[in-house]
Amino acid sequence: MKVSVWKGGAEGAFQEFEVPRLPSQTVLDVVTYIQRALDPTLAYRYACRVGMCGSCAMTVNGVPRWTCRTHVDKVVRDESLSIAPLRNLPVIRDLVTDMSEFFDKWARAKGQFHGRRTRDDDFDQVKPSSSERLQADAGIECIGCGVCYSACDVVSWNPDYLGPAALNRAWTLVKDERDGAKLERLRAVAGDAGCHSCHTHMSCTERCPKHLSPTASIAGLKREVLKSLIRGEL
Amino acid sequence: MTTRVETLLWIAQRASAAVLAVCVAVHLATIIYAVQGGLTAAEILGRTRGNHAWLAFYALFVVAVSVHAPIGLRAIFLEWLRWRGASRDVVLALFAAALAWMGMRAVFAVFM
Repeated sequence: MKVSVWKGGAEGAFQEFEVPRLPSQTVLDVVTYIQRALDPTLAYRYACRVGMCGSCAMTVNGVPRWTCRTHVDKVVRDESLSIAPLRNLPVIRDLVTDMSEFFDKWARAKGQFHGRRTRDDDFDQVKPSSSERLQADAGIECIGCGVCYSACDVVSWNPDYLGPAALNRAWTLVKDERDGAKLERLRAVAGDAGCHSCHTHMSCTERCPKHLSPTASIAGLKREVLKSLIRGEL
Repeated sequence: MTTRVETLLWIAQRASAAVLAVCVAVHLATIIYAVQGGLTAAEILGRTRGNHAWLAFYALFVVAVSVHAPIGLRAIFLEWLRWRGASRDVVLALFAAALAWMGMRAVFAVFM
């Protein structure tokens, strides 16, 4: 099959390679084949190869995907593939993007856990069946791959927008009964750069390889911010 | 602009959208009803002049538009033109005032 791969930085061009089709071949296999057999200068990023680490996401035929778990059979069109770096992130080289801003936004959304108890206190007890726990569970399996961030049009229009992953992370902490920084977090995620800018296009939910719904998390944040505003805390 | 104000603007836009959903539906139904058998200025004025219910309805409609449209434009200016800050908000406040003034002028023109 013909594979067009982005070469260069922000300025660059697609370069074509001929790659043999194999059974059960993933897009990451294709990129690895190109680097090992055709172009050793090709830069790309991966680690686990089994959909856990979130480092191999790329734009495949125009759609952001985790490449290690994307079979060529599912995405190939007319025996050709185009592979580009993720959108909405600066390109370092070839298929490697700089994800600093993506993760900095997690910090800006107060994505760190702030425990309320000390080592002298007893454990917090969170019932697996509690509503809070179930809502946090729905968003907690994020692997930080950046696919949702790349799929989000609001990020491309408003570079300050925190994005689906950071807001989803904030939501899982807002619903974490052990966390003691909920109000600071709600302040951090409200407003023009936060949950209120979401257009509910649901591209993040459509593309999330873990089938999470950042859209639902963002809607939850809007509700919590509203409640907090009504209580006069915001 | 503070997070609190931005959140209040968001709520104002959602609330005004809910009002507009009802107002637009009533307005369209009225148009469809009013044009049956031709439309004349006399017929419209006959319905609206001195009618406090229509005055209240269209005044509410105008207020909802004056709240809703500038807040929507605020996001469009940010996302399409990267225009933010005080200059944008002053222009939009003037736009809101212009909408309210023109709208209320029209409402009173058919009421008086």
